[in-house]
Amino acid sequence: MANADDIAIIGWNVSPMVRHTDKTEAQMLLEVCSGAVEHAGISRAEIDFTCAGSCDYVAGQAFSFVQNIDALGAWPPKRDSHVEMDGAWAMYEAWLRLQIGDIDTALVMGSGRSSTADPTLIYPMEMDPYYLAPLGTDATSFAALQARALIESGKVTERQMAEIAARTRRDGKDSAYAQVTGDFDVDALLAEEYVNAPLRRHDLPPITDGACAVVIARADRARELCDNPVFITGFAHYTEAHYPGVRSLTESPSITLAAKAAGVDEGPIEVAEIQAAYTHEEPLIVEALGLGAGVPVNPSGGPQAANPIMATGLVRVTEAARQIRDLGKSRTLAHSTSGPCLQQNLVCVLEGDVK
Amino acid sequence: MSHQPCAIVGIGQTHHKKARRDVSFAGLVREAAQRALDDAQMTWTDIDAVVVGKAPDLFEGVMKPELYLSDALGATGKPMFRVHTAGSVGGTTGIVASHHVETGRFERVLAVAFEKQSEGNAQFALGSGKSGSLGAGGAFAPYMRSYIARSGAPMDVGPMVAVKDRLNGCKNEYAHLKLKDIDLATVKASPMLWDPVRFLESCPSSDGACAAIFTNEDGGKAAAADGRQPAWILGSAVRSEPSTFPGRDPVRPQGAVDCAWDVYGQAGITNPREQIDCAELYVPFSWYEPMWLEAHDIAEPGEGWKMTERGDTALGGSFPVNMSGGVLSSNPIGASGLLRFTEAALQVRGMAGEHQVEGAKVALAQAYGAAAQYFSMWVVSNSLDPFGA
Repeated sequence: MANADDIAIIGWNVSPMVRHTDKTEAQMLLEVCSGAVEHAGISRAEIDFTCAGSCDYVAGQAFSFVQNIDALGAWPPKRDSHVEMDGAWAMYEAWLRLQIGDIDTALVMGSGRSSTADPTLIYPMEMDPYYLAPLGTDATSFAALQARALIESGKVTERQMAEIAARTRRDGKDSAYAQVTGDFDVDALLAEEYVNAPLRRHDLPPITDGACAVVIARADRARELCDNPVFITGFAHYTEAHYPGVRSLTESPSITLAAKAAGVDEGPIEVAEIQAAYTHEEPLIVEALGLGAGVPVNPSGGPQAANPIMATGLVRVTEAARQIRDLGKSRTLAHSTSGPCLQQNLVCVLEGDVK
Repeated sequence: MSHQPCAIVGIGQTHHKKARRDVSFAGLVREAAQRALDDAQMTWTDIDAVVVGKAPDLFEGVMKPELYLSDALGATGKPMFRVHTAGSVGGTTGIVASHHVETGRFERVLAVAFEKQSEGNAQFALGSGKSGSLGAGGAFAPYMRSYIARSGAPMDVGPMVAVKDRLNGCKNEYAHLKLKDIDLATVKASPMLWDPVRFLESCPSSDGACAAIFTNEDGGKAAAADGRQPAWILGSAVRSEPSTFPGRDPVRPQGAVDCAWDVYGQAGITNPREQIDCAELYVPFSWYEPMWLEAHDIAEPGEGWKMTERGDTALGGSFPVNMSGGVLSSNPIGASGLLRFTEAALQVRGMAGEHQVEGAKVALAQAYGAAAQYFSMWVVSNSLDPFGA
């Protein structure tokens, strides 16, 4: 951990995760940005670079991120960027930016208010506009196709999917940032009707409004500001073909590539926080990451407990960082995804500082 | 510092038009990207990562289109990154791509920016259908009126910019508008849209894409050794500021001033008027030429319009601006910033054809967005050390 170009997480903040908030996206971001800089022990003025991840279609407005810069305190003017991607990718841009070496700190954000939108109306527009969007196929329908492929290949069963739903929502009871939690009986879950066969209601993520902010810094500055910075020791993302029809839906080569590039196999992973919004995605992602059996997955409850689109991946980063900073782990992993049937994937490996 | 030099070795763009009905989104971006690959003498497999930029997805009604475009851009099995910083996005896309290389983590990165505005209604989408969608011209007109009042510029300056940029566009084979018969009288006779901006002083709405290939010092030097001049990035910067608050000066936004001096500092420029040979500035409405000349301290406050009036900013002038014809000649919004950035690179590579500034060695490019509050800029040169530091 001797390289000055190493980048560490030094603070974060996560909003309450709710089915519907009366706050604007900028108000949610104002709170998490204030919380994150306070957690990092610095002021807004000391932030050298900001990068936000959000989506105009989720907000229902063009240039929706423009209002959100009111949350940054961008005066005097800030070095700033925005990605139409999850906040985890905003962190990737900031991670690259800080490695250039001329500036030390960055504030990254992810935010989304899904409550105002109809997902079945919006998500078909994320598809190829000529051949797929006209089908009106939404994210849950594509997920059901992938679930079916996984079940038929023997990689998961409907019972295992229900067990994942019950486990994550039970684990989520201990999280301050969970929306759907509780004790569920697997047999009772399996007795329910399908939403999109083979997916039942419990296999789907909740619709969540939420935001998240993270402060990262170059190694020297991180150690100056923080007794226990959480270092980003591997960070990579890859995409694959858009058309689910030309992919093997029972594998995820882009996750495997990202895991390899991030060095997941260079040491034991103690906890993995993954963006498995649908239950059947968990075994697929875990396998593609190359995680051994017994690695705890989504102890926070994961996206099954709260799914703030455009922040869900960045929340995984904060949960993986929390495991190190607050819960004594030394090496954890965060994963984020985008697109139909896990088209695009990001893997971030976090480690505690070597004292 | 791990900052490593970055070179642009491939540039491509589409023929920009009001409607490119002959190509899909995929066909449009591939047309630009393939030209960039050809220019760089590379193939798709040489590319390590792809960065895509465009303005709001509501313009075309395709959400996060980079997902769909992964196949067309050869990104399968590679990182694919999507930037959106309003009108400045094309510039920011180039800068983010260059950062991939400057960190030393990537060797060859493809940046692609596009807009296919004929697929939707940009005027509607700019305001998401709210507030009558008064559009960008309506939003910027008060700033331009304020500039005229403050500087005392004669009213002919705006039309002069329009004539100059449109005639430059006639020399650019890729430009959307080719208004070869334009003169001051026809501009002044065109309908007033948003006082002081007339129809012929406003940017068009275009379909188009632009692509650039970034590589490291070894790659840039190898291209040079092969007789293919690279453009070296001497400095790049971005700035954002809030849309409105008491004390903000939208005529000379502090973000634009800070962004310019950040870039000048990196490039070793202390006197931009003397050390920069030409500039591609984001001028979607005529009056923005003198406004940016002043906000970037190329001209003293109140003096920018005099450069335009004297003909300094003409193609054969002492400080040519918008040699390509600029945003006034082609405006596929998401690509417009990268078109500025790559025109600067073409100039220092000596590859700008009929709109080449003779002997251009150092060129400035700028893009801005939203309520004149997002800025991206870079300075490129044919040399890593043009000032003999």
